Amino acid sequence: MSENPSALSSSRVITVTVNGTVYEREVEARKLLIHFIRDDVDLTGSHIGCDTGNCGACSVIVDGTLVKSCMVLAVQADGSSIETVEGLADGDELAALQQAFSDRHALQCGYCTPGMLMSATALLRTNARPTEAEIKKGLQGNICRCTGYWNIVEAVALAAERMQP
Amino acid sequence: MLLREVEYAKPSSVAEALQILASNDGARALAGGQTLISVMKARAASPDALVDLAALDELRGIELAADGTLSIGPMTTYTELVASAEAKARPILAEVCAQIADVQVRNRGTIGGNLCSNDPTNHLPPLMVSIGATMTIAGQGGERVVSADEFFLGVYLTAVGPGELLTKISLPAGKRDAFAAVTLGVDGTCIASAAASINSAAASLNGSLRIALGCVDATPVLVEPASADEGAVREAVRGAGLDPPADVHASAEYRLHLSEVLAVRAARQAAERN
Repeated sequence: MSENPSALSSSRVITVTVNGTVYEREVEARKLLIHFIRDDVDLTGSHIGCDTGNCGACSVIVDGTLVKSCMVLAVQADGSSIETVEGLADGDELAALQQAFSDRHALQCGYCTPGMLMSATALLRTNARPTEAEIKKGLQGNICRCTGYWNIVEAVALAAERMQP
Repeated sequence: MLLREVEYAKPSSVAEALQILASNDGARALAGGQTLISVMKARAASPDALVDLAALDELRGIELAADGTLSIGPMTTYTELVASAEAKARPILAEVCAQIADVQVRNRGTIGGNLCSNDPTNHLPPLMVSIGATMTIAGQGGERVVSADEFFLGVYLTAVGPGELLTKISLPAGKRDAFAAVTLGVDGTCIASAAASINSAAASLNGSLRIALGCVDATPVLVEPASADEGAVREAVRGAGLDPPADVHASAEYRLHLSEVLAVRAARQAAERN
């Protein structure tokens, strides 16, 4: 197999770190990152909601940047470090954000929750004390079809409060 | 979703990218992918090969020259533009980029992708026309510079031809710009938009007011009212002979009405800026 990155090829071997573990896999160029994460790495926490880039359920953090993993090809993520919802908790110990979601009943069916958690994680890293408007803007790319937005916004605010040093 | 089979290359220089694009008819440049991957899913585009521009540092970055000219690499993301100290020389850029879609899309989507896709609802094509930006296009035969007025040719069609790449976007100095739009939800897709610039610094533009209307035609429609006064702007928009499309979001008549109102709003906001 050609490993010259400048040569056209319908598949290539990529090396990606997911939640601290290094994975080397051969993937087709047409494979979306969400399918790599769910099918190749077998981490099914990240969800496919709309598959059109609108709902944000597939949101993950790639090299510190929040992205929709259905809008990125797996080959584009070669060499990167990816964080998914499975990486938030420390063993059985929930992250402060996850605990706040539980305490504020910030999920109903739960389908959007992995994406909401990753978007809120990215937000709180750059803005430790977001206003309500900033939380809404930070979660703009994530749709909750149960429309449980109030509790989600409250949970992010609560997590921010609890995470203050 | 399973995309149609596609080949992929990640060249390490612009020259290499141009070579691959020129020698493969069905090859398309892949920038941030926030439009291209979507249209590939919808099978609205089916490139045979993708040439990923992500490794081309030559296409990134923002430079502010002594005369105030901003040079922007097309692979610069909206998020990078919003955060850039240099880009604050033309404040409208960050203001508009901050209202495109959502965090995730702004993190991946690029200014070059926005311009080269030239979807009539995109924010940046009208803004580049009102500002009087120029685009540098590279091909294997060399480079050429095209004004924004001549860059946008049709729906999804620009002056960047097969085997070519947009390599630089240059904006003259200026601060008196505004952008007004009616969108589908906050920061959503534009139903109608208007960008207005009072181009005081650029000699060629002679201090004129330029208003570019989005969503009313295949390419941004430029109108140049005699002044930013409401009457003059309305007259200029009415004189443009607009025949906007109708869709589920707005009738042609409503879009026409919005264009006039948004042009007035943008012109007023631009005039109020110093």
